[in-house]
Amino acid sequence: MLKQYSFEKTAVQTFDDSVSLALKTDNLQVFYGANHAMHDANLEFPKNQITALIGASGSGKSTYLRSLNRMNDGIATVTGKIWYHGVDINEPDVNIYEIRRHIGMVFQRPNPFAKSIRENIVYALKANGIKGKDELASRVEKSLKGAALWDEVKDNLEKSALSLSGGQQQRLCIARSIAMEPDVLLLDEPCSALDSISTVKVEETLLELQKKYSIIIVTHNMQQASRVSSQCAFFHLGHVMEYTPTATMFSNPQIPVTQDYIAGSFG
Amino acid sequence: MNAKRKDFVATVMINLIVAAVVGILVFLLTYILVAGLPHVSWTFLTGTTDAFSGAGGIGVQLFNSFYLLVLTMLISIPISLGAGIYLAEYAKDNWRTSLIRSAIEVLSSLPSVVVGLFGFLLFVVKFKIGFSVISGAIALTFFNLPLLTRNIEESLSAVSSSQREAGLSLGLSKWKTEIGIILPVALPGIVTGVVLSAGRVFGEAAALIYTAGQSAPVTNFGDWNPMNADSPLNPFRPAETLAVHIWKINTEGLATNAAALSAAASAVLIIAVLLFNLSARLLGNYLYRRVTASK
Repeated sequence: MLKQYSFEKTAVQTFDDSVSLALKTDNLQVFYGANHAMHDANLEFPKNQITALIGASGSGKSTYLRSLNRMNDGIATVTGKIWYHGVDINEPDVNIYEIRRHIGMVFQRPNPFAKSIRENIVYALKANGIKGKDELASRVEKSLKGAALWDEVKDNLEKSALSLSGGQQQRLCIARSIAMEPDVLLLDEPCSALDSISTVKVEETLLELQKKYSIIIVTHNMQQASRVSSQCAFFHLGHVMEYTPTATMFSNPQIPVTQDYIAGSFG
Repeated sequence: MNAKRKDFVATVMINLIVAAVVGILVFLLTYILVAGLPHVSWTFLTGTTDAFSGAGGIGVQLFNSFYLLVLTMLISIPISLGAGIYLAEYAKDNWRTSLIRSAIEVLSSLPSVVVGLFGFLLFVVKFKIGFSVISGAIALTFFNLPLLTRNIEESLSAVSSSQREAGLSLGLSKWKTEIGIILPVALPGIVTGVVLSAGRVFGEAAALIYTAGQSAPVTNFGDWNPMNADSPLNPFRPAETLAVHIWKINTEGLATNAAALSAAASAVLIIAVLLFNLSARLLGNYLYRRVTASK
C-alpha cells in the first residue's frame, strides 16, 4: 500500500530577478480526458543549467515535459501558462512548429530516422530552408561534435543511422536536436534504454551542452539526477512536491514524501 | 498414443498439407507451361489476331494488357495513396472513420463481374465512351482501390510512432513528417502491394469483358500520338487484353487450333504474373536498402 502524503505541504523554490529564466510554467494542468494527470505545476527553469525531474512512474514528469514543447497537442488537454521569452507558448494561436525549433526534444528510446547519419541531421534543416552546402556541412560537424559523436562517425556519414549502437543512436538524436540550434533541450529519460558506458557518454555530453543550452531532463535514475543536474524537481502522483537545488534535494530534503523517496523507503 | 508419437503424426500431417499446397501450384504451372510454351513463338507474341476466328498472334492483346495496367495504376495509386495516408494518419477514431472503413470493405468484396457491368452501364453506355481502354482502366481502379488503400494504410501504420514524434519534435509539420520520414520507411511495403495488385489487374478478365471490350483492332505501332484514332496509346479505342482473349478463344473461338492458342496465351499470362511477383520482392528489398541507406 502506498503511503498517503499531503499534497498541501510542498517546497518549491522560485528565483529572484537576478537569475534569467529559460522557461517558466504557471499553474500548468494536464488532463487525459477525465484523468487529471498534472496539478498546478509552477516551475522556473534557470538558463544554462540542467534541471532534473524525478519521481516514480506515473508521477506525471514525462507528461509535464511533453507539454513544454506542445508535444501533448492532440493527446492531452493542457491549461495554464508556459512562459518562454515573455510569451505564453501555451496559447492556441502560437506557431507550434516554430516553438519546437526553439525547444528541442530527445526521447526515451533512440528514434533516428531510417536515413543516413548525415541525412538525419540535415533533413529538418533543409525543411526549414537552410540550403547552403557549406552551412549544412558545418552544422553536421558542429552538432555531431556537440553530441560527442563526431569522432566515431566522421568517416561514415553516409552509413545508415540504424547501423549505429543504441548509445550512438541516442547521441545522434541529441545531435539532430541541437543542429536546429534550440534554446532549450528537453530529454525524456534519454538513458533508460542504454548501457552504463553509453549512459556515461550521454551524461558527459549533457554537462558540456549546458554551457550553450538550458536542459530539462526526466530521469528515473537518482544517481543520474545527482550527477548531472543543478536543480531538481520531485514529482508525486501528478503534483510537484519539492523543487530545490540538487545538492539540497539529496542531502537535506524538505518534506516527508521527498525524504522517503530519496531514502528509498517510499510506499 | 504418447506425446512423442502424437507430435510425430501431427508433424507428418502438417508437412503433407504443405506439400499438397506446393504440389498443386507446381502441377498447375508445369501443366500450363508444358502445354503452352511449345506454341509460343516470336510471331505469336507479336502477331495480330484474325478478328473473326480468333486465330493468330497476341501482340496487340499483350500490349493492351500492359497499357491498361499502366493506366489503371496511374489512376489508382494517387487516389489510394491519399486515402491510405488519411486513414493511417489523419482519420480520428470515430464513427465516420469506421463508416469509411466499412465502405472500403464493401467495395473490395464486390464481384469483379458486377464492377464490370457497372462500368459498362455507366462509362460505356451512359457516358458514351464506348468499349475503351479508359473505361476498362476506371473499372479496374474500382476493383483495385480498396486493396491498395488497405495495403498503403497498413504499411504506414506499421512505421513506429516514435518516428512521427521525432519529426514533430524537430518542428516539421505533420505533412512533411508524413511525406519525408514515414512514407520512405513504408515504401518497400507499398511497392510490394502495388506490384502484387498489378499482377491481379493483369490477370483480370471479368471486369474487362464489358468495359475494355473483346476486340483488338489492329493498331499502328508506328504512331504514338495518343490523339490519333489508330495509335496504340489512344485511350478511347477498344482493347481486348490477354486474359479476355483467353476467355474468348475458349468460349467462342472458331480457330481450328483454339486449344493450342489458349494454352500458349495462358503460358504467357502466367509468366507475366510470375515476373510481377518476383519483381515485387526484388524492388521492395532494393528500395528498403536504398531509403534506409543500409547496403
